[in-house]
Amino acid sequence: MSDMHRTKQARDRWNFLWEWANPVKFMWFSGRVLPWLIAATVISLVASLVWGFFFTPEAINFGSSVKIIYVHVPTATVAVSAWFMMLVASLIWLIRRHHVSALAAKAAAPVGMVMTLAALATGAMWGQPMWGTWWAWDPRLTSFLILFLFYLGYMALWAAIENPDTAADLTSVLAVVGSVFAFLSRYAVNFWNQGLHQGATLSLDKEENIADSYWIPLVIGIGGFMLFFVTMVFIRTRTEIRLRRIHALELRERMADA
Amino acid sequence: MSTMTLEARDLTVSRGGVPVLEGLSFRLDPGQVLVLRGPNGSGKTTLLRTLAGLQPPMAGEVSLPPEAIAYGAHADGLKSTLTVAENLRFWARVHGVHDIEPALDRLNLQALRQRAAQNLSAGQKRRLGLARLLVTGRAIWLLDEPTVSLDRASVALFADVVRAHISAGGAALIATHIDLGLETEIFDVTPFKADPNAPSRTPTPFDEAFA
Amino acid sequence: MIALLARDLALAIRAGGGFGLGLAFYLIVSTLVPFAVGPEAAVLARIAPGILWVGALLACLLSLDRIFQLDFEDGSLDLLATAPIPMEGTVAVKALAHWLTTSLPLVIAAPIFGALMNMPAPGYWWIFVTLLIGTPALSMIGAFGAALTVGLKRGGLLLSLLVLPLYIPTLIFGAEAATRGIGGFENTTPLLLLAGITAASVALLPFAASAALRINLR
Repeated sequence: MSDMHRTKQARDRWNFLWEWANPVKFMWFSGRVLPWLIAATVISLVASLVWGFFFTPEAINFGSSVKIIYVHVPTATVAVSAWFMMLVASLIWLIRRHHVSALAAKAAAPVGMVMTLAALATGAMWGQPMWGTWWAWDPRLTSFLILFLFYLGYMALWAAIENPDTAADLTSVLAVVGSVFAFLSRYAVNFWNQGLHQGATLSLDKEENIADSYWIPLVIGIGGFMLFFVTMVFIRTRTEIRLRRIHALELRERMADA
Repeated sequence: MSTMTLEARDLTVSRGGVPVLEGLSFRLDPGQVLVLRGPNGSGKTTLLRTLAGLQPPMAGEVSLPPEAIAYGAHADGLKSTLTVAENLRFWARVHGVHDIEPALDRLNLQALRQRAAQNLSAGQKRRLGLARLLVTGRAIWLLDEPTVSLDRASVALFADVVRAHISAGGAALIATHIDLGLETEIFDVTPFKADPNAPSRTPTPFDEAFA
Repeated sequence: MIALLARDLALAIRAGGGFGLGLAFYLIVSTLVPFAVGPEAAVLARIAPGILWVGALLACLLSLDRIFQLDFEDGSLDLLATAPIPMEGTVAVKALAHWLTTSLPLVIAAPIFGALMNMPAPGYWWIFVTLLIGTPALSMIGAFGAALTVGLKRGGLLLSLLVLPLYIPTLIFGAEAATRGIGGFENTTPLLLLAGITAASVALLPFAASAALRINLR
């Protein structure tokens, strides 16, 4: 009861924002925006990758392998952002019970996982010629591996639970608790690798000593991958909403038979 | 004693997100036994679980005094390696009750008190499950098919227990198909079956538009 | 709540295996490692704290699904949810029972298994201390994972997938504190961080776990 009351109050104040949490509104809105999003994604991705791959000078001591940063850095950025987006969406679901929010979190997880994997893979490809090893237990690399595990667990929990609302609730609780532990892990990993094993610090922090000519296409690339993420989440959320609708219709039919 | 009343107003209960019973309004006063009737799958268990607070109602409200409910489900919550007395004493202690002897007496379990629950027959287990109600010290009993696997004599024993409970100011809502021989009112849930094709059923039409 | 603890302990003792199984598993893990890495004493001594920590973590994981599963199946959890004990209390007590029956024996056995791996003398003390501080967090995090998966038919594997990543910080600080302690280095910081994780887990996770349990009971 109080829930309804709160919803009503908030509706008056945040009307413009929460309206998009209505599945029907969301479908209408996302349907109109998607073509533009897709276009913007393609343009910015092509621009940044072409610029980055073919029109930036080769670094003297890095060779052409440095150009993988135009995939590596944006995917890594999106991988972390996607988890944050899932955390926020989960909180919105837990507090406000907007179905679109829960479904958007579900939709974002595989995208975030693929981004994490891409960041890890490009990191390895870059690390090979750079440091002569595919993998180092560098704090950053390790953190991304852990993030990957969190994505796996989150998606597995979604897949395991039949009732969609129960699944949304439990995965949201996991996202909240998992975020705390993911953050702790990040800190722990930093601590762990500057521990007894000194000297083995391979830093991926290239941003600070990167020249402008590399920087601009990189920023465009980050924007492009972000747009790609948003586009994918929109498409996948639309799919999830349609699946829920089918599920609801089937249930209704079964109820009518009973 | 009027505070010990359970009241449901315009209640809709759901199973797996789908409403099964809607528009339920009733009250259960002290000294009253209400028998729930309805075909299998009509939502009696869902209703009882909602009233017990195990799941939230989809719409409407339930008002009841705090800590007044004793819920008796299909499963009795018995531990097979514990004896009858140990099982019962556990639930008594959880509810802050110390004396389990009356409950053992009333359900004719004294002879079995040292037997492990795994060696009880189905009917004996059920009797132990019902004895648990007595050690909760709670006024409102919500019982889901309490007489399953009880023989005729045990059903009579159970009816006596319920009779004593209501004459002491308690109340009971019982989903059952057999006649307990009590002064009961029948509450048939069949007319409240949720219509799956109703256009708008959700508590917050703003939020939900999946179907 | 004491009644619940007493019952869980009684059940663990009567069922047998409660203490024994995890401990036997721990012994086997500690025995297998030398077979895999070779009998060289210096190597074993170096990896011993890590192996003992990972082994304790896996042995702890083994019995997690039993924290709530049996009570869920026989209806006890429904009845406990309507009982006057707050759900958070139920969770905390059940995690405590798990710690007493599963983790505590591991903590006590760890120094003995350390001897199998030629751990230097200070190691006996440090592995005991770090596990003693860290295992309550393992039991509590495990109880949270068990609460998430209690309604699932084959939740065991999923439970491992969910819980093990959550164990990472505890493992890192625990093993680091033990390793540093054995090497004669300063290890106050990792010890304090380990204690911090345990304290925070015990204080906060019962709320998350009881929320998950309530969702699963619906």
